[in-house]
Amino acid sequence: MPSAIVSEYFRTNKLPQIWCPGCGHGIITRAITVAIDKLGLDRDKICIVSGIGCSSRAPGYMDFDTLHTTHGRALAFATGIKMANPDLKVIVITGDGDATAIGGNHLIHACRRNIDITAIIYNNNIYGMTGGQYSPTTPKFDKGTTAPYGNVDKAFDIPALAAAAGATYVGRSTAYHTQLLISLIENGIKNEGFSLIEAISVCPTYYGRKNKKGSAVEMLEWQKNHAVNIAAASKMAPESLDGKFLIGEFKNSPEPEYTKEYQKIIDMFKKE
Amino acid sequence: MKSKARLMQGNEACVEGAIAAGMKFFAGYPITPSTEVAEIAAEKLPLVGGKFIQMEDEIASMAAIIGASLAGSKSMTATSGPGFSLKQENLGYASLAEVPCVIVNVQRSGPSTGLPTSPAQGDIMQARWGSHGDHPVIALTPSSVRETFDLTIKAFNLSEKYRVPVILLMDEIIGHMRERVELPEISEIEIIDRKKPTVSREKYLPYKADDDLIPPMAYYGDGYRFHVTGLAHDETGFPTNNPAIADKLYRRLLDKIELHKNEIIEWEEQCTDDADIVIISIGGVSRAADTAMKQLRQKGVKVGTYRPITVWPFPEKRLIELADKVNTFVVAEMNLGQMALEVERIIKDKAELIKVNKVNGEAIYPEEIIEKIEEVL
Amino acid sequence: MNNNETVTEKLAVNENWCKGCGICVKFCPKNVLIVENEKVKIVDIEKCIQCGLCELRCPDYAIYVRGK
Repeated sequence: MPSAIVSEYFRTNKLPQIWCPGCGHGIITRAITVAIDKLGLDRDKICIVSGIGCSSRAPGYMDFDTLHTTHGRALAFATGIKMANPDLKVIVITGDGDATAIGGNHLIHACRRNIDITAIIYNNNIYGMTGGQYSPTTPKFDKGTTAPYGNVDKAFDIPALAAAAGATYVGRSTAYHTQLLISLIENGIKNEGFSLIEAISVCPTYYGRKNKKGSAVEMLEWQKNHAVNIAAASKMAPESLDGKFLIGEFKNSPEPEYTKEYQKIIDMFKKE
Repeated sequence: MKSKARLMQGNEACVEGAIAAGMKFFAGYPITPSTEVAEIAAEKLPLVGGKFIQMEDEIASMAAIIGASLAGSKSMTATSGPGFSLKQENLGYASLAEVPCVIVNVQRSGPSTGLPTSPAQGDIMQARWGSHGDHPVIALTPSSVRETFDLTIKAFNLSEKYRVPVILLMDEIIGHMRERVELPEISEIEIIDRKKPTVSREKYLPYKADDDLIPPMAYYGDGYRFHVTGLAHDETGFPTNNPAIADKLYRRLLDKIELHKNEIIEWEEQCTDDADIVIISIGGVSRAADTAMKQLRQKGVKVGTYRPITVWPFPEKRLIELADKVNTFVVAEMNLGQMALEVERIIKDKAELIKVNKVNGEAIYPEEIIEKIEEVL
Repeated sequence: MNNNETVTEKLAVNENWCKGCGICVKFCPKNVLIVENEKVKIVDIEKCIQCGLCELRCPDYAIYVRGK
């Protein structure tokens, strides 16, 4: 018998998942259910939507209303769901390629509208499902099957992109920093507006192997040793941040929510 | 009792029909010559508690209406030419996942940006085969403003009943034409809603079809906690690689239209009883065909007309019957012979086939049809 | 419980779901676990303090703290 949280929120007859040994996606998926559990939400009023790719297989394992859509389009489907039934808590699970390459346009516009959707981007720095092509978040000079001599593209900073586009809650954590990840997701869901949480995953099979990053364990240790919480970073000397990356809550500035604003238009025409 | 007569544009009649059919959500993107559909939907939907959203692109609009439909709202999008190409990805998703929705395509001249405000009928084959893979298709083609109203309602009804995306294949002539119309009272209109499951969550199989080949459909938020995917899936809705199950699914999607085609297919024919020559056309061209027929009849030429209202599925059976007694079919269309291909396939060599084609952005005039017919007399 | 599950008072392991990645082993602060034949194995349950870090980071939900 699985743990209480897994028994409660997973479709246990679909487990084990298809992900590779050591893939960080399972850690992140469980973290989402823990956040939902902590918030005590009505599970029949939660809809989880995904696109295409490794991350997007997650909703199939989660016992909610779930929608596995087309590549990059999860946020656009989710927007329709939220508009049709604003009582639903809509959570989008997407990947770095899904959300920021093919779905980049949908991402910035969902941020801009501040529609009440919480997007969790499982960032494994690679296209895993298709076998290891470089993505918009593959670090410069790292390799992928389509960047055999090193990637010359500059990587996206996803939280900065989302904050600039208008998301009202933005955070980043890693598969290693799971407790922080859970609390960011909790706060993201609580935020009445568009929330984006970048969850840095690990892909030992493709990204790790191609770039000699070692095992899943070593990749998680790297996350442990290189992540600095933004709260601590402000008190640190700039040079001590060299080679590090920030995690934590980057933005929390609530604004009027999209479906509520639209409802005001409908209410103008309501007959007493 | 009928409403007061109004002067109305085809695109406006489309929105009126959609609202009468129960549309509660519209997602769109500006594109000529369909933009009025979005504009009028934006104005009218809030008045009936419905919602409009202008999405960031055509792909997102198509995605949003599928999402809204799954959450329980009757949904529609509208586009033209290049936008219709962009819809194809998620149109295929709606076909496979069996999500009711209506896609309006006010056809314009193409390929590519083409002649943006000029009429065409070049998307007949794209409406049938635009999305990859074998998929079910229903496409309706109005030829008047009033018929645009009626067929928009029919599009919603068929979509809800058969859980299939339905294309309202208009053309710029019909979309922008203004006519005096009288709309029926709401109480006179038949509205069909999708069938919902009657069993508990534990027993609900979201893709187990009834004998009519259509599975009952729950809404998100109803407590069924079901899964929807664009992957081939079994009756539970979860993905499968099982060849037998995939085969059964793909065949059922086409069979559910085939099984009900007599209820779906609609056409109109005039003066075919004694006709030696029958003009086949759809949409805006049918108006020229009517005039051509009347003028030729005055000259004593026995001409009739045949107008598919459902261009897909094509009204094939009646055309086969006509082919046994008609000498010549004249297929007039604003493209280079798309519907003619279908007619050719159906009539085989039982009758002569003549094509009247025009792709220069101008409408086909009655004289052009008359001229072509007089050549063969 | 079938043969592929190990249940102690403090911890439970589902070997059917375990893919042997070793994440739980590495981040267990008390060295309670090892990987053997590509499956996690409890070797020193006495030391387990039920901190839950194994459960928190197991990508396959194959190990969890009991009674919590």
